[in-house]
Amino acid sequence: MEKQLKVSAIKDGTVLDHIPSNQVFKVIDMLNLNKISTQITFGTNLDSKILGKKGIIKISNKFFADEEINRIVLVAPQAKINIIHDFEVVEKRILTVPHTIKGIVRCVNPNCITNHQKMDTLFYTIVKNNEIELKCHYCERITTQNNLKIISSNH
Amino acid sequence: MPNNLITIQEYSKEEILGALELASKFEKEPNRPILSDKVVASLFYEPSTRTKLSFESAAGRLGAKVIGFSDTTVTSETKGESLRDTIKIVTNYADLIVIRHPLDGSARFVAEIATVPVINAGDGTNQHPTQTLLDLYSILKTQGRLENLQITIVGDLKYGRTVHSLIHAMSHFSPSFIFVSPHELRLPQEYRDFLTSQAIPFKESSNLEEGIEGASILYMTRVQKERFSDPVEYEKVKESYRLTLPMLKGALPNMKILHPLPRVNEIEIAVDDSPHAYYFQQAENGIYVRMAIMASLLLKRVDF
Repeated sequence: MEKQLKVSAIKDGTVLDHIPSNQVFKVIDMLNLNKISTQITFGTNLDSKILGKKGIIKISNKFFADEEINRIVLVAPQAKINIIHDFEVVEKRILTVPHTIKGIVRCVNPNCITNHQKMDTLFYTIVKNNEIELKCHYCERITTQNNLKIISSNH
Repeated sequence: MPNNLITIQEYSKEEILGALELASKFEKEPNRPILSDKVVASLFYEPSTRTKLSFESAAGRLGAKVIGFSDTTVTSETKGESLRDTIKIVTNYADLIVIRHPLDGSARFVAEIATVPVINAGDGTNQHPTQTLLDLYSILKTQGRLENLQITIVGDLKYGRTVHSLIHAMSHFSPSFIFVSPHELRLPQEYRDFLTSQAIPFKESSNLEEGIEGASILYMTRVQKERFSDPVEYEKVKESYRLTLPMLKGALPNMKILHPLPRVNEIEIAVDDSPHAYYFQQAENGIYVRMAIMASLLLKRVDF
């Protein structure tokens, strides 16, 4: 069996593994990876025992604060975060659901003030039947994982 | 007491009772110019004549000067000035801001920008907390208590924000509820779950007469045409939740009918003369409740 890495190893940095294939680009968006100047390699539709197909993102020389990385629990709850030093995994982090989500996600309610003013969205997270719901701090409506829209960091 | 009134859920049971007690003092003695050195900004981004007049009457009885507008066409909002910028300016002109705005969550946003207390006079379909307080005041005044009452709520239970806030606020006082609505407009799941979690008994029905028997309060709301995507559906249900005088035969002697107004046709005019009708006095109570909220947000203590 071929034992070659499909996405090459990094010396120092962070590896995000077990991302659902269809969420790779959302994760890139949520972590503002398009603004990073260090080397990033990623693969998607790779074979995975757990997910069937998975995505992986490797970011050289970048280490995330908990509050930053925990955002991706919204789209990739099973993601594994590996911290790499000198080609070795020195730390495995588990994602936890943050109490609040600031920015990143758009409120599902078209009549919400956050969709009409230049301002950050703010949500309180509610975990219900293994799904995360976001309650808008402003309009109090619930945005579910199914209708989650990421505010693209491109603008 | 919180620094703003944005949602009724942020007021504890004690704070609600405190506000109602102060309102009853203002009702006995309505002309108290204790805010004569204050300016109240009344910003109405959508027309709501009754709410606006009630707030301005309340401010007037407290001696405060009122500035503001009630029509977005006369503000620079239409020229692209953001709500944020308007509030940043107005917060320097006034000691208190009363805001009515068509967008959900706008009042919370305004409270975050303003450096003076903010009262939410209705933010889109979200919250209208002074309406809830005047509902509670009317219940307390007519029934002599808030605890252990049977309350029947009729009409648009799905979108009616006054209904949702009333349910939340009454949950402090061990009520039992009967909800009467067309199936399309039944109470949303999250509120039914909330009542279950608080062990508050409730029944759902589509028969108005069933809800009248045994009730202390019959809270009527209008079924709004704009809530229906299909106008045929509206035509089908609009007559079924209309209260008529003969329906009141089996009502408790002290049962009172409340309605947030404006009424369309859900209460026939003949009911107005019944001793059960209370909706016009209910509106009057709004002034005392709004006086109580303004005074307690602006003064550390209100003496009588």
